Amino acid sequence: MRAELPSDTRQPRMKPYDLVREALLALGFVLVLVLVLASVFSSPDAPALTIRGYATARPVSFLQTALRELDGTGTIADYGPPYNHGTGSLQSIGPISPQRWAGVRIPVNTAQDFVLGPLTDIAPLQPALQTALSQFQQASTTQRASWEAAYGKALAANAGQSASPAAPAAAGPVGVMLPALLHIAQLGGLQGLMLSSSTHRSITNDTLPLLFLSGPALTAQAQHYRLLSTQWGMMNETGNYPGAVWLWLYTLWYQVPPFSSSHSGDLMIMGVMGLLTLGFILTPWIPGVNRLPRTLRIYRLIWRDWYRQ
Amino acid sequence: MSNKNLTGSLRRWTSRVITAEELLPEELPEYTRSFVYLFGACTLGAFVCLIASGITLALFGPGWWHASSVGHFVNSIHFWSVQCFFFFMVLHLWSQFAMAAWRGGRNLTWVVGALLFVCSILAAFTGYLSQQNLDSQWISVQGKDAMNAVGIGAFFNLLNFGQMYSIHIAVMPAVIAALITVHLILVRRKGLVPPLADDEGGKGDADAG
Repeated sequence: MRAELPSDTRQPRMKPYDLVREALLALGFVLVLVLVLASVFSSPDAPALTIRGYATARPVSFLQTALRELDGTGTIADYGPPYNHGTGSLQSIGPISPQRWAGVRIPVNTAQDFVLGPLTDIAPLQPALQTALSQFQQASTTQRASWEAAYGKALAANAGQSASPAAPAAAGPVGVMLPALLHIAQLGGLQGLMLSSSTHRSITNDTLPLLFLSGPALTAQAQHYRLLSTQWGMMNETGNYPGAVWLWLYTLWYQVPPFSSSHSGDLMIMGVMGLLTLGFILTPWIPGVNRLPRTLRIYRLIWRDWYRQ
Repeated sequence: MSNKNLTGSLRRWTSRVITAEELLPEELPEYTRSFVYLFGACTLGAFVCLIASGITLALFGPGWWHASSVGHFVNSIHFWSVQCFFFFMVLHLWSQFAMAAWRGGRNLTWVVGALLFVCSILAAFTGYLSQQNLDSQWISVQGKDAMNAVGIGAFFNLLNFGQMYSIHIAVMPAVIAALITVHLILVRRKGLVPPLADDEGGKGDADAG
């Protein structure tokens, strides 16, 4: 390994300098700049999506999401650690799988946490719902699947409609349960029931509501604002504002194969970025990289007065 | 317990780390007369704006700026301070790289600066997650997959607003302020890096532009 780049050995003359004045001037300059930018351009604030808003604006989509959480075909139901023992979103590179090693730490049972739990909470207010819940919970797995399929078929026939369809008789108790869930969601109660669930009780922890909204509800909004990962979304901001531009390199990997097409793309990208970050921190010791300044010769522009002497 | 005077020990250690003359010199080498030396100071200025606007936002609570026009303006100051902070920090970083500023035993100064950059990204990330709007919702549901993939999703839960907000307003500012302090002490202690010896590269002064 070659020695570090040599420094100029000429003794520089010392000139009077006021560091405190420089710091105050820099602060004043940035403060004025920030005040002007804030006054002229303001800042973005697209309203948060609520379960109430989703259920009101897109009731059929809401019911389809709730049905997927109930029958276990939703993304979160089969996600894997830290939520459950599924494998749908489990990432690994060969035998390396930190996700599996970390295990289930935030247990989420989508049927219970998103549908059956909240319905059980409100059932004392609705005798018909109480009966339907009992009937559903006592039925066989096959019978439940049959009811769910019948209701799913009715929803699919009305996809995109602004009003939820009447439940077919073949949907059995599911045809009572999910409309009741929609009703409580439209009244604004479902989000509160999730936040106060017995297993995730915390009014400052949005894990359950956000996992519920993480499917079609938020995706449609994100696409509108060009926030999808395939749209360089991580460094975009809602509206015409600069986003997290400093994430450009991290975002870049999501646009190119094999990262963009791999099921374990996140793990691969985190690995690559971890190595690059380590390299960035250790720049002074990396042969070649630590001599790049000599090749680039930008230092001659910075110290041009010095070299003219 | 020994009779050693801890106060005296701390004073002697502090004076060994850096003297007042090293910390606040009134003279600097002539080669520091370049605009690139202002990028670090501007980054520091933006950090002061961030802290001041951040404290104001924290005092009134995370919901204030969504409902109040004054709150929204303070948030706008915070938002643009972040942009300025990163803008000047990246310029400072590029210029220090171009100057090979790690020379002469200044490796640790570079390392602390690089850690500052990484921690600033983490601070900005938790800030985005603390907004309680559509942007923060989407970032949390998208970002969770990367955190879960590396096994830290349950310990650094992007969907947990309380955790992200606490880290953003309490932990990260303290970490960044501490790293800035160490960075500045190292810069002052070692002095500003001298120009590179012009004995390589094959071009004369006239090419410098």
